[in-house]
Amino acid sequence: MATPAKKSNKTKPSGRPSDHLTDEQLLKMYRTMVLSRKLDERSWVMNRQGRAPFHISGIGHEAIQVAAAETLRPGYDWVYPYYRDLAFILALGMKPVDHLMGLLGKAGDPSSGGIQMPSHFSNAKLRIGSISSPVATQVPIAAGTALACKLKGTDEVTVVCLGEGSTSQGDFHEGLNWAGVHKLPFICIVQNNQYAISVPVEKEMAVKNVADRAKAYGIEGVVVDGNDVLACYDVMVEAVERARSGEGATLVEAKTYRVTPHSSDDDDRTYRSREEVEYWKKRDPILLFEKVLFERGILTEELKQEIEDWAIAEVDKAEEEAVNAPYPDVSEMTKHLYGPMPNWEV
Amino acid sequence: MAIMNNIEALRETLRQEMERDPRIIITGEDVGPRGGVFRATQGLYQQFGENRVIDTPLAELSIVATGIGLALTGYFKPIVEIQFADFIFPAFNQILSEAARMRYRTRSDWTVPLIIRAPYGGGISGGLYHSQSVEAFFAHIPGLYVVAPSTPYDIKGMLRAALMLEDPVLFFEHKKTYRLIKGEVPEEDYVVPIGKAAIRREGDDLTVISYGLAMHDSVKAADMLAAEGISAEVIDLRTIRPLDKETILESVKKTGKVLIVHEDNPTVSVGSEIAAIIGQEAFEYLDGPITRLTPPDVPAVPFSHPLQDAFMLNPEKIAKAMRELAAY
Repeated sequence: MATPAKKSNKTKPSGRPSDHLTDEQLLKMYRTMVLSRKLDERSWVMNRQGRAPFHISGIGHEAIQVAAAETLRPGYDWVYPYYRDLAFILALGMKPVDHLMGLLGKAGDPSSGGIQMPSHFSNAKLRIGSISSPVATQVPIAAGTALACKLKGTDEVTVVCLGEGSTSQGDFHEGLNWAGVHKLPFICIVQNNQYAISVPVEKEMAVKNVADRAKAYGIEGVVVDGNDVLACYDVMVEAVERARSGEGATLVEAKTYRVTPHSSDDDDRTYRSREEVEYWKKRDPILLFEKVLFERGILTEELKQEIEDWAIAEVDKAEEEAVNAPYPDVSEMTKHLYGPMPNWEV
Repeated sequence: MAIMNNIEALRETLRQEMERDPRIIITGEDVGPRGGVFRATQGLYQQFGENRVIDTPLAELSIVATGIGLALTGYFKPIVEIQFADFIFPAFNQILSEAARMRYRTRSDWTVPLIIRAPYGGGISGGLYHSQSVEAFFAHIPGLYVVAPSTPYDIKGMLRAALMLEDPVLFFEHKKTYRLIKGEVPEEDYVVPIGKAAIRREGDDLTVISYGLAMHDSVKAADMLAAEGISAEVIDLRTIRPLDKETILESVKKTGKVLIVHEDNPTVSVGSEIAAIIGQEAFEYLDGPITRLTPPDVPAVPFSHPLQDAFMLNPEKIAKAMRELAAY
């Protein structure tokens, strides 16, 4: 049955799924967020140094991504990420070097062998679906994958990500409609960063929350603070349980903010104030998570430094490997158009 | 051997293949209890159930997109039906940007073995939006197979062949041939390879290259000309992407004259491509201009009967073009 979109209650004192996360799990999630951040920052540096032609950033989006991955079974559940999902794909098992190979268009880019622009992640072994650049096309495709899992009788869950800007596309509507009609094991995560490049959210939609639209599709809708990793984890646990148990789809709206320009080719000073950006930088998901971890005595200044040093070392290592890796041979350009012709003999 | 029309051959092949391979599922508008508006899936829902013959929302974009998502899992081999080819364009981006490029952009890590069936073509009072020929749009796209079988025998053999491929196939069926064209369909298994044209009629004086309903009209026209002492070879392309260059060039080298006949618009069309290939690779064999015969370059078939008749090709129009070329 359809229910109205509801707010998660992150101040609820007990009984939250995230209360059951072990210290090890929490630190793993924190490490992945830091690693993703350092990798993302390095990508910007490499771009500004003229060594990488293009970068599109996920800075500020790490909380929902890492939280979502923690609730899934990597390589079992199906994930269609979008181009800001660097932390998501790292949390699912891809490596920093995988991203940097793509950033530099190297043959070793496991997503596309240097065919696609950077951050168009794909990894068939991990069941990370490939995306294109026209936005939201992955939503109805993911619905088809969820339908396959349901028809096959598995308990695999399909997750698809997109930004709120992409929710203006018809593909988003059609995908969610299928998810509702077939009660699919499907979770659509909208990372609402409040801008479609330069267009602010109030010029994208008349409703306050993307998740309000869930009601129209007969699926669950939930809004969560996308910078609060534990709140994100809580709503994702619920959504995954709903999907895995055959109770249907969920539209999760993680409210966050894109603290960087849209991409390395954008200049966000032309459309928004520095004060607004600075406000959100104080609400950085990593800072907020650190506060919790410090309060709980899980993180210390020493450990924090250790994790940062580790992350930077990982990124250094990945950068060196990617920089020294070969480009694709030009013969690759005309390969992989079609599979081999079958033997037509019956 | 059973005599069937095109729609019967299609339906029986779908049934046989679904019996053979439990991974095959059909999705589309009205494909379920109704059995399709052209009856292509009649009885299949009743035989295979609602999990294998799935009625969809009226939304072509997501009919194709969910087909892609189904195919990507490897759990199923979807055959999706677009009710009329005219309505395929909401799904164009999904076909172009997703289905066709998935293999290329992932170095074959992900593939989309998906068949998209769509009735096309005019002559059935379908007006602008139930009559279009849309093959050229898709023939332009690397990563797709585009086929247009036009006989019951080929429909069976090519649907089986399409199911053997690991890439997306646009399977275009001329809707006027559904009940008009009848022929023998063997009960036993056979395959008509994708990418192989058929010579429907052998001849020495000129080559006619066509497909679909126009191909049947071309054969009739060739029969008419035979009585006048003009011997025409008629090639049925069957597959539009990839074109069977070998069969085309071999015939043109033999006859020295070529007429390309299709119902689709002439500008930047299948005929344009064939003309370019012949011009580049068989120039020295030509004894006359590479000639195209198509309907006028207007959006699609007008509804009003006299206009529809004026638009559509027929054996007389084709025979006239053949006579002129033969006399060159």
